[in-house]
Amino acid sequence: MFQWLIEPLTYGFMQRGLLAGLLVGAACAVLGAFVVLRGMAFVGDAIAHTVLPGVVIAFLNGVNLFVGALIAGIVTALGIGWFSKDREIQEDTAIGVMFSGFFALGIALLSRVRSYRDLTHILFGNILGISAADLWIMLAVTLTALLAVVLFYKELLVTSFDPGHAVAIGLSPGLVRYGLLVMLALVIVSGIQAVGVVMVAALLVTPAATASLLTRRLPRIMMLGALFSLLATLAGLYASYYGGIPSGPTIVLTLTGMFILAFLFAPGRGLVWR
Amino acid sequence: MASYLATYGRVHTARPLPGEAALCVEGLTFTYPGSSSPALQDVSLCVQPGEKVALVGPNGAGKSTLIKLVAGLLRPPTDTIRVYGHPAGSCHHHIGYVPQRNDVDWRFPVTVRQVVMMGRYTHLGWLKWPRPIDREAVDRALEVMQLTELADKQISELSGGQQQRVMLARALAQDADLLLLDEPLNNLDVPTQEMIFHTLEQLAQQQRTVIVSTHDLGILPIHFSRAVFLDRRVVADGPVNEVLTAETLARAYGVRLCTDHDESGGEV
Repeated sequence: MFQWLIEPLTYGFMQRGLLAGLLVGAACAVLGAFVVLRGMAFVGDAIAHTVLPGVVIAFLNGVNLFVGALIAGIVTALGIGWFSKDREIQEDTAIGVMFSGFFALGIALLSRVRSYRDLTHILFGNILGISAADLWIMLAVTLTALLAVVLFYKELLVTSFDPGHAVAIGLSPGLVRYGLLVMLALVIVSGIQAVGVVMVAALLVTPAATASLLTRRLPRIMMLGALFSLLATLAGLYASYYGGIPSGPTIVLTLTGMFILAFLFAPGRGLVWR
Repeated sequence: MASYLATYGRVHTARPLPGEAALCVEGLTFTYPGSSSPALQDVSLCVQPGEKVALVGPNGAGKSTLIKLVAGLLRPPTDTIRVYGHPAGSCHHHIGYVPQRNDVDWRFPVTVRQVVMMGRYTHLGWLKWPRPIDREAVDRALEVMQLTELADKQISELSGGQQQRVMLARALAQDADLLLLDEPLNNLDVPTQEMIFHTLEQLAQQQRTVIVSTHDLGILPIHFSRAVFLDRRVVADGPVNEVLTAETLARAYGVRLCTDHDESGGEV
């Protein structure tokens, strides 16, 4: 059994996959806590989908996928805010429009990608194909996201809990929201390499949602979320190594399973106790 | 947005100007964007430091709108609102605002102590951590509102009355000169109401100014000396017994009982 668990981890690609899971999971769990608690899951999903054209353009031009995705993600984050700025249209409408438009553009561009293999990697991720360079980028992203949350923790708290008080003391909730959206774009992009465009929102939403069923303390929600992501990454790695099952879907399914368990059995709050 | 960026936590130079009213509203007319009729029309009133004023009126009369305009949540027309002699918006740190219950996400995971600390944010600003002086202010405010034992509980675990005490503790910790409380007394038990009134009375004695909106007219004669009856315009303004006439009461409970403009509803 021990041998069975350890043997795969002697390979470099497995180690890199595990590290990637740790880094992406931590960043996603910390920002995901705010996404879930502020009711921003739809925005997270939208940004995840809108980075597709950026990824494809970067891929076709041989640029690091990360750069293309990041630009597209930030354009989306700012675009959503800009379209719904005057409340002429509702924010979720703005999200819906941007989301489908960008995704369609991405799919159209995908037809220019020759190999089916590359295509599935973009859509569904390839955590076993992560290079050392990718890992460095992920490390930088995760540190940036964690640092941003630490530095602006009190602004995030007050604008989430009582935006009226924030405005009354001269702090714009809109500004904090923009910042959070840009951070989300950054983290989502690094998660795409692990689970792909289609499923990255799961890394952002599901671990934090599961954790918020188990504890009411914000720091614990973040830590538990990161732990769940790490466990799911491990499951994904082993499923891929031994079963030849793609890692992305395994990771997401594991997270979904944890969520259902927590929803049913969370102490005092689960369905079976009510 | 740019102007808000500049005020949060900056070194506050706007001090109360001596001899100025705590709040002076002059000829204020305000219409919500997209609305055809004004929510407030030609409202004028002045409140002196140390006054404790009840803002009364039927639903949709514009009580919340007026409070939000003073607190800076809505942007008033220029030169219609002055706080301690300064234009509204230039001295956020002097205004303690307690919003209506529905405007707060009570399920968000923060502790009681963290919420009260939010009152100190305006004295801190970007990238600054609470100092000992801030922690002392929070401890004092918790003690005054008898929340010390609940300090490390999650806000969601508290009862409605306790949550309301937390909001007042936050305003105390802020050390604000002008307190604006929007319907703070709704659904509160009598002991909690008494505790809140006692605290407000002490603030007034320290020359702080308190404005409370309420539609509970029964409590007015005991706890307030002055009432302003608002129904888009200032209908009556003066001692409570003069404001609460048969005519104003009929207006509050009769004519506009079936209002099409529910204040707690769709408006911002």
